[in-house]
Amino acid sequence: MAAIISIRDLKKSYDNGFEALKGVSLDIEKGEIIALLGPNGAGKTTLIGAVCGLVTISSGQALVGGFDVAKEPRRARRLIGLVPQELALDLFETVWNSVRFTRGLFGLPRDDAHIENVLKSLSLWDKKDNQCKELSGGMKRRVMIAKALSHNPEVLFLDEPTAGVDVNLRRDMWKVVGDLRNTGVTVILTTHYIEEAEEMADRVAVINKGSILLVEDKTQLMQSFGRKVLTLDLGAPLATLPESLADYDLSRSEDGKQLSYAYDTREARTGITRLITDLAAEGIHVRDLDSTKSSLEDVFLDLVEEKA
Amino acid sequence: MNWRAIGAIYRFEMTRFFRTIYQSILSPVLSTVLYFVVFGAAIGGRIDTVEGIAYGAFIVPGLVMLSVLQQSIANASFGIYFPKFTGTIFELFSAPVSFFEIVMGFVGAAATKSLFVAVLIIATSFVFVDLHIVHPIWAMVFLILTALSFSLLGFILGIWAKSFEQLNIVPMLVVTPLVFLGGAFYSAAMLPGIWQVVVKFNPVLYLISGFRWAFFDVADVPVTLSLAAITVFLALCLAVIGWIFKTGWRLKS
Repeated sequence: MAAIISIRDLKKSYDNGFEALKGVSLDIEKGEIIALLGPNGAGKTTLIGAVCGLVTISSGQALVGGFDVAKEPRRARRLIGLVPQELALDLFETVWNSVRFTRGLFGLPRDDAHIENVLKSLSLWDKKDNQCKELSGGMKRRVMIAKALSHNPEVLFLDEPTAGVDVNLRRDMWKVVGDLRNTGVTVILTTHYIEEAEEMADRVAVINKGSILLVEDKTQLMQSFGRKVLTLDLGAPLATLPESLADYDLSRSEDGKQLSYAYDTREARTGITRLITDLAAEGIHVRDLDSTKSSLEDVFLDLVEEKA
Repeated sequence: MNWRAIGAIYRFEMTRFFRTIYQSILSPVLSTVLYFVVFGAAIGGRIDTVEGIAYGAFIVPGLVMLSVLQQSIANASFGIYFPKFTGTIFELFSAPVSFFEIVMGFVGAAATKSLFVAVLIIATSFVFVDLHIVHPIWAMVFLILTALSFSLLGFILGIWAKSFEQLNIVPMLVVTPLVFLGGAFYSAAMLPGIWQVVVKFNPVLYLISGFRWAFFDVADVPVTLSLAAITVFLALCLAVIGWIFKTGWRLKS
């Protein structure tokens, strides 16, 4: 598939010498949802700002729909909708006027039917005549999205769409993004919530300290970093681990009723069979087994530590 | 040129103006009425005429200019400062809009608003004094040029300001004194000796003098000088705007 956004060796450094982006390269395909995952200060927002025209690029290149954002900013920006992290709205303006204003800024003729559709799809239609200040935080976020969608962008940037939002609203937002996928809009979202990337994205780009550490299909990423933990429920509490089991990566729960065994699914042998055999030889009775896949969070921590 | 964007900004700003219509219109009109009462009726009763013009009428051009300067600066500086303050300015910079188009939208709206107020004040003054405008076209030209250039100045201030305090300090500490000392309520000829020279360094004197000439055919300085002064000032503001545009000063990181 053709890349709708193509970033090549993008660098951003500030006058004080701080390098916010250290040569980022990334291709984003049309219609996909990609999550930029990284801790606070990793450079996610700077990267978005550089593509959207809010941050001047020090060196390198960013193309949106084939247009260089520095050389042909108008043509590039027409394709982009941006929802920044902060809820920035003219609080005294009505929802309808705010959304209409953005469409005008992008040089498009008035289209009430389109704005109606956008507002309805975000469940904002019955709030259209309300002043923005009358809306809840979640609703304000929706207005920001409606504004970004008002000019039919091909690419939508969502910077921390669920920052400071409660669990229900977060699920709500996930649904909104899911619905966007169906409209064919390419979505780039940033988050430091792993579960969010896991929930919404097709691909995940892990970014830290201004560099992209890896870009991978979400499910592949989860697999390739597929550490699993096997939890064994014991028939009787175990006071100490027998000497013969010292070679295994085992940890005993405080009450001695459980053993946890960490292993890597990528290894040719996971060692499970041998462990069970050795346990039996020691006369340790196993009542139940449970294995859990490590979350993206573990994957992420592994990565950040590995490359730090 | 993204005309629709200019229109969108202009409309958005004008909506704000009409949303706060009482504050936008009532306060300048009320203060003008107060000036008429205090200067025109109370003091004017003792002054009789200045350069052959009834004092009450003589102060009208100065009063209008006072409002136009204050309103232009206030409207334009607030117009651009507020999005900076709330963060909505990101929208302007991420849209396919050039800085020049942003300036046109904001400054156009700010100038429109102050022209609106100016016309209202002139209309009000007809109630209080006997007025006859000798060169109405030139009066319009001076008004429009002044509204535009001081809206540009306001825009620059709004970009410069980092706090609401800074936003208010220039109009309060610089512009108001310049207007009062610029012959709004007197003719420069009335001043003693050296002050007649000092006052010539006040740029606002040229504005008020030119505008007064358009009203009464009477001026402190030649009208061509007034016209030149306002043109130079306009060019200066445009140059600063151009420089901000080039460097992204206080706007982009």
